Amino acid sequence: MNEKHAPLFHIAKRKSLTWYKAWGIRLLAILLALILDALITTLVTGLNPLGVYGTIFKGSFGSMRKFWVLMQNISILLCVSIAVTPAFKMRFWNVGGEGQILVGALATAACMILLGNSLPNAILIPVMVLASVAAGAVWGLIPAFFKAKWNTNETLFTLMMNYVATQLVAYFVIVWEVPKGAGKIGIINQSTEAGWFPMIGTNRYLINIIIVAVLTFFVYYYNRFSKHGYEIAVVGGSEKTARYVGINVQKVIMRTMALSGALCGVAGLLLVAGTNHTVTTSISGGRGFTAVMVAWLAKFNPFAMILTSFLIVFLERGASAISSDFGLNASFADIITGIILFFIIASEFFINYQLVFRKGHRKTEGKEA
Amino acid sequence: MRNITKTFGSIVANENARLDIYRGEILAILGENGSGKTTLMNMLAGIYFPDSGQIYYNGKEIVIASPKDAFEYGIGMIHQHFKLVNVLSAAENVALGLHEKGRFNIKKVAERIRELCDQYGFEIDPNEKIYNMSVSEKQTVEIIKVLYRGADILILDEPTAVLTPQETEKLFNVLRNMRDAGKAIVIITHKMNEVEELSDRVVVLRKGAYVGGVMTKDTNAEEMTNMLVGHTVKLEIDRPEPVNVKPRIKVEHLTVRNEEGLVKLNDVSFTANSGEILGIAGVSGNGQKELLEAIAGLQTVESGNICYIEDDGKEEQLIGKDPLSIQKMGVSLSFVPEDRLGMGLVGTMDLSDNMMLRSYRQGASPILDQKSPHALAENVVKDLGVLTPSIETPVKNLSGGNVQKVLVGREIASAPTVLMTAYAVRGLDINSSYMIYDLINRQKQEGVAVIYVGEDLDVLLQLADRILVLCAGQVSGIVEGKTADKLEVGRMMTRVGGTGSNE
Repeated sequence: MNEKHAPLFHIAKRKSLTWYKAWGIRLLAILLALILDALITTLVTGLNPLGVYGTIFKGSFGSMRKFWVLMQNISILLCVSIAVTPAFKMRFWNVGGEGQILVGALATAACMILLGNSLPNAILIPVMVLASVAAGAVWGLIPAFFKAKWNTNETLFTLMMNYVATQLVAYFVIVWEVPKGAGKIGIINQSTEAGWFPMIGTNRYLINIIIVAVLTFFVYYYNRFSKHGYEIAVVGGSEKTARYVGINVQKVIMRTMALSGALCGVAGLLLVAGTNHTVTTSISGGRGFTAVMVAWLAKFNPFAMILTSFLIVFLERGASAISSDFGLNASFADIITGIILFFIIASEFFINYQLVFRKGHRKTEGKEA
Repeated sequence: MRNITKTFGSIVANENARLDIYRGEILAILGENGSGKTTLMNMLAGIYFPDSGQIYYNGKEIVIASPKDAFEYGIGMIHQHFKLVNVLSAAENVALGLHEKGRFNIKKVAERIRELCDQYGFEIDPNEKIYNMSVSEKQTVEIIKVLYRGADILILDEPTAVLTPQETEKLFNVLRNMRDAGKAIVIITHKMNEVEELSDRVVVLRKGAYVGGVMTKDTNAEEMTNMLVGHTVKLEIDRPEPVNVKPRIKVEHLTVRNEEGLVKLNDVSFTANSGEILGIAGVSGNGQKELLEAIAGLQTVESGNICYIEDDGKEEQLIGKDPLSIQKMGVSLSFVPEDRLGMGLVGTMDLSDNMMLRSYRQGASPILDQKSPHALAENVVKDLGVLTPSIETPVKNLSGGNVQKVLVGREIASAPTVLMTAYAVRGLDINSSYMIYDLINRQKQEGVAVIYVGEDLDVLLQLADRILVLCAGQVSGIVEGKTADKLEVGRMMTRVGGTGSNE
């Protein structure tokens, strides 16, 4: 007889958890991930996992310089993450962060190269800000316009805009290459430092961090408390309802994507004027995509994104540190960080659901026999 | 089923519920919104797993942990929301998830479907794609799907909610055929007349628990309602005398085409007065939706006039204006649309955020005022008895009746001069329905021009002062509510002008 018995456990929705229990589950997930990582490290490489973890930690906190690099990387990633957030809240799948960063960076570089010798920094930098914001906004606005007017698929459209932006940068890199034939621009205005963001004290990166901190507050406030933010949420929730209460859906889509693109443009500005002082096709380093994950993990809360972007950058830097320190190839570092991320994402499931185990051990089975 | 308990988080859906199902019988399950009818049936169909309790089949205790288990015992459920793949044909949908031995043969599936159709009196083409089908045809596919899998116990969750009277009659015939073939049928419903017409036995659930079961022939609507609500209710609707009647909305020669170019409204003219309820009758899909949306500024109009008449007699054209400009003109027009979560509310937002949909623009500041909507939400919850865990609960988590109360509460709160409602009580239980009728009557007494689109003729005849009958987008006639004859209105619904007597 093919008799059934009650399953060992079933999944049930949880009563809402207190915040400290929810964070307890997340911490437990990280702990479990570290244990699994340790086992894999020992079995596969024979290295002492504690040593590996120490290196990961040192990759970010090993020296003052490393710490500031960590902070700088977090600020750029955070900037892109808060940039894509308004669009995502509107359920507009903007995966064009890459392209929007690139055109922002390109606009900044253009100002620095073309106007660096003729304008003083006090005028040049505001011009760069305007140029990068405008470039990013336009890059965001184009797919939004087509979406609003003809309901094109924004995911494909923004994705394709990335390639256009990459090629645009590639073209201008050759136009402005220094020296001729080098195939790259090199450091712009190295001697005059025209258009470079000023150092605060001796710190090159602090200004970027401050700018992003201010923007994070702004986006949080904009989403949560402004009328615009409310309209975004309504359009994201139901376009029909938005029309029903007289919200101009097309306008909201375009306005929001312009904002989203503009903030990505700012990220490009920070990269060129604040840190790299040059532009390459790979300057955004995939942040336009990584930011999507950062934003989702933080459930679109800009303050939680500080934490998630820290996590991602910390793991990335740790991974590169272990591959160089132990001579392991980069794939192994990716395995380690991948497992940690997987556990963190999976822990969200256990915050919303619980496993209910069968009561009365094997009682039903006994009856059948 | 015995002692079944199921909880979702802190919400108890079923508590020690019990139910018996017999072969060769049609069982109706009655219950208010959120009384746990659907949850109980989902546990039988293997969608949910009970927290505790036992299920017996032919006297033996069984465990149903998945829909597959349910099918092994011949239990099949037709859900309220169809679970079909649009781009596949009927036969392909039926074959989905089947693991029959041997080569997959869609022709054989189609053949078997035709046999089932002949046996029970369905009409369906197995090779038709789902997206080409009407709602009732889709439902037929769902029924065939479970029959194909050899179901002996069929559970239908509010099967008639989406059907026209004719389609309902057809469905009932099929169900009777199945009963006579020895199958057990369970239908979940709100409609008393369906219980009386179709079922052999009726079971009432209240607050997730079993209240009682009786043979249908031994009971009547009044008694069932009392069991349902838990106290005595009177099944009459008040019709207070209209007060201070003045023309408010004048519609002249309105013609509307839909996106496909089909004429949905054809030369419609009427006047809606303040202090009066204008009922709109008609088989659903005969232009009611387009009419209300045209007045609300959501529908492009081909020709005609819609005038809003102010207290001093000044007329203002509403055509060509969107909802925002109508609001800016100072016209306070409230609209309770048919699709509550899709159009009237945002499901993912909480009660408070939904309250400010109409009012969030107030004030010059770019910052939202979140305090007054919150207070309004609290008032609506208190005054209308909305059952919700909190103000911060997303409205999509509320049951249908409570969602409707939230929507009506918000629309009334803006002190409208015109209130339009489309199927305001669709899917609502008796208690909630009467509360809505009462609210609408109160608006009327405050001098609001109410336009009430309804599907239940009995209600329309009791509630409305005048009834406009729509048929194929034309005004089939306008009759006085007090003197109207149900049969005559019914005739006008199916043929323009009814038996000839035009207004």
